[in-house]
Amino acid sequence: MSAAVDIAEKNKSSAMYAGRPQVLLERGWLAFRSSNWVPVITGFVEPVLFLLAFGYGMGTLVGDVTTGSTTIDYTLFIAPGLLANSAMNGAIYDSTWNVFWKLNESKLYKTMLSTPLGPLDIALGEITWALIRGLVYSLGFLTVVTALGLTPSFWAILAIPAASLVAFGFASFGMAITSFFKTYQQMGFINIVLLPMTLFSGSLYPISVYPDWLEKVIMALPLWHAIEMVRAFWFGNLTSGVLVHIGYFLVMIALGLYVTSRRLRALFLR
Amino acid sequence: MNTGIDVVQIQRFGALYIAAARLRSMAKWKSIIAAVDIGNPLFYLIAVGVGIGVLVEKGSGTSGTSGIKYIAFIAPALLANSAIAAVMDETVFPTIEGFKWRKLFFAQNATPITGRQIALGVYLSALCRALFSVSIYYVLLLAFNVVDFGPSVLLIVVAVLGGAAFGAIILFAAAIIENHDQFFNILGRLVIMPMFLFSGTFFPLSSMPIYLQPIGWVSPLWHATELGREAAFDYGVSTLMVSVHIIFLSVLVVIGLLLSMRQFERRLAK
Amino acid sequence: MSKPLISVRGLTKVFGDFTAVDGIDFDVAKGESFGLLGPNGAGKSTTMRILAATSTRTSGTVEILDKDPEKFGPLVRAHLGIVPQEDNLDGELTVTENLYIYGRYFGLSKKFIKAKIEELLEFAQLEEKRDVKVQALSGGMKRRLTIARGLVSEPDILLLDEPTTGLDPQARHILWDRLFRLKEQGVTLVLTTHFMDEAEQLCDRLVVMDKGAIMAEGSPQGLIKEYSSKEVLEVRFGSDRNKEVAPQLAQMCERMETLPDRLLMYTEDGEKLLEQIAAAKMHPTTSLVRRSSLEDVFLRLTGRTLIE
Ligand SMILES: Nc1ncnc2c1ncn2[C@@H]1O[C@H](COP(=O)(O)OP(=O)(O)OP(=O)(O)O)[C@@H](O)[C@H]1O
Ligand SMILES: [Mg+2]
Repeated sequence: MSAAVDIAEKNKSSAMYAGRPQVLLERGWLAFRSSNWVPVITGFVEPVLFLLAFGYGMGTLVGDVTTGSTTIDYTLFIAPGLLANSAMNGAIYDSTWNVFWKLNESKLYKTMLSTPLGPLDIALGEITWALIRGLVYSLGFLTVVTALGLTPSFWAILAIPAASLVAFGFASFGMAITSFFKTYQQMGFINIVLLPMTLFSGSLYPISVYPDWLEKVIMALPLWHAIEMVRAFWFGNLTSGVLVHIGYFLVMIALGLYVTSRRLRALFLR
Repeated sequence: MNTGIDVVQIQRFGALYIAAARLRSMAKWKSIIAAVDIGNPLFYLIAVGVGIGVLVEKGSGTSGTSGIKYIAFIAPALLANSAIAAVMDETVFPTIEGFKWRKLFFAQNATPITGRQIALGVYLSALCRALFSVSIYYVLLLAFNVVDFGPSVLLIVVAVLGGAAFGAIILFAAAIIENHDQFFNILGRLVIMPMFLFSGTFFPLSSMPIYLQPIGWVSPLWHATELGREAAFDYGVSTLMVSVHIIFLSVLVVIGLLLSMRQFERRLAK
Repeated sequence: MSKPLISVRGLTKVFGDFTAVDGIDFDVAKGESFGLLGPNGAGKSTTMRILAATSTRTSGTVEILDKDPEKFGPLVRAHLGIVPQEDNLDGELTVTENLYIYGRYFGLSKKFIKAKIEELLEFAQLEEKRDVKVQALSGGMKRRLTIARGLVSEPDILLLDEPTTGLDPQARHILWDRLFRLKEQGVTLVLTTHFMDEAEQLCDRLVVMDKGAIMAEGSPQGLIKEYSSKEVLEVRFGSDRNKEVAPQLAQMCERMETLPDRLLMYTEDGEKLLEQIAAAKMHPTTSLVRRSSLEDVFLRLTGRTLIE
């Protein structure tokens, strides 16, 4: 009996899962190391540019910002929001455009599903890969911010796990949504949703300036939870509200994984 | 054999045929185009009007923006930016598609239509799209009471000029690149985004550190924005600077277009 | 007889309101080499995909090693080596990386795969291209790599969908040789092909499919015996005259097929028939006597020629 069969039997593979999502990371790394580093560099430069532009430019117009009972410098205010944003962008980039390509153009997932891998292996593997990308962006950003002296304390390092959770959530959700899209034009809808969410969710200013109803709408959006969660760890303001944000993202992750693996199965095991 | 093909006619109007074909294909996506062209300005105007505008007014009032209401201050920039985005979409995608994805240009070039006419046609159709987007934006500005009807109509002209300047250059770039793997990434994150952030869009360019200001100086967006502010609100730009802005943008249009036409011709002949 | 390795009963696949596979039955024994023949759109690839557990069936049962591939997809696929009709290599990776990562999908150890890669590169004659991205390979090279990739996991069942399409004659013979050796080692082969010589060479047993149904089943020799005569006389009278003389000629042989460019006359003795034609004062521009082949079986069963 061949080695492959031994392995499959030992792992008690089910129809959905062979217990081997890590090979997707391996594949991601192989493809990545021979492609180029442009997306990583750009993904990391973007939030830094935002920080410079808004910190210097807006800062002079806005002055200090008051959230709750504390008043802080504008640049200090936006730093954690931008961190959450960069984690989201990194994760979304990999889990939407990249996934769309592998789903519809290169048919890579289809090939994978003709091996003992199951849909859940693919979903988990790809999402973890996106998560790692998001993590790398946030680490880079944190380094720059620290160099600029904008980190309030050593504990801001805790914002990194928070940012990872954010990346995980968006990656998983983004992949689930992408699995429903068939054309590039439909992919345009992702930007239509992302742009207003980015503008409104309070990375650049506290949402308390909004009228009440708008504030409520924003508080339902994932990016707001992301920003608030990262900000809480960043400043060490750990209240029970943080649990709500964490819960929100856990649900998002679970939902995304579930939908993605079901969709992959429906799409390719027909 | 007389097939009724009038070569003289084609030589004279070939670019218009191409432009018409492009406009027809845009019409296929009219609902998405309309959604983006209406949705985008709406989100920005609301986000700024109820969000960051409020913060700025609480912070420095209108002292940082030469006495202009914050939302009015950024309106000319948003308008020019939407022209730039529209021109970019309608030049970059069709060009890459025409040369690489569907190789449509090669088919068109097999008729009496020349490469120069194809370049010009694509460019003209992109300007039409920009005019459309900007006009919608302008109507929304009127509706939100950001500008008053009157000389501010010039904003439309200025914005399209900005789009035309940027579009001519980007058309050339899109016609040059052979490998577009990272083109969109670089374009979006290292060209469009910095241009958007550092062109005096959200705050006067002069409030940036001097080493960041050159980004604004070479950016069509800054020139168009300054012109627009002067046209709509007597922002206080000197006559000399007004001519500098106009000349700068016009020179970009001419150089970019000449280069593009030559490049189209060469690449199609390869 | 021992239990078959693959057992298919009443297999049906419907796409929308189109029935691609229409209630077919067949068994494949361990170590057997089994062929699916049929014109374009007969349902061969669809059947192969269902066997490979990458497509679900509409009704019927499929058992591979006593397991339903739909329920035990990963487990069944661990036994399979799959060569799909269309190459689906990983365009972002190089030749070796493609083989490597594919083995990893099966959970094989790096050491095992590394050794395997060298052997497969030699088999696929791609040693010189080992570090080239697959996008830069020629069509035939891609095909060879796809076949090699299917062997990485040392499968006990190989599913080959038109494996030799696009291969040059040398590569085709290398593959045949390899398949013979795998068969000797007890590997079960299921393959589709449009090349009748290939089917005669490789298959112990085959089915001819058309419009989703099985038209005939047997060994290549058995099928020829059953569905064709011993010899075939091919005659040409020129495109216009072929039709004219057809009715008269049809009475002189057991069976006749009228093709656009020539007439095929089925008979036990071709030379004798040719003499008869000459005696009847009909003079074909060209004539050829040959033995019946699978192609004639195919023509008879599906009414279509394979190689135009
Ligand atoms: N995903 C699909 N959706 C709809 N119809 C399909 C699909 N896949 C195959 N078909 C149809 O099913 C029929 C059988 O297709 P299949 O690919 O199995 O043919 P085949 O025998 O492999 O032909 P070929 O020799 O051309 O490879 C065809 O009519 C095809 O159009
Ligand atoms: Mg087929």
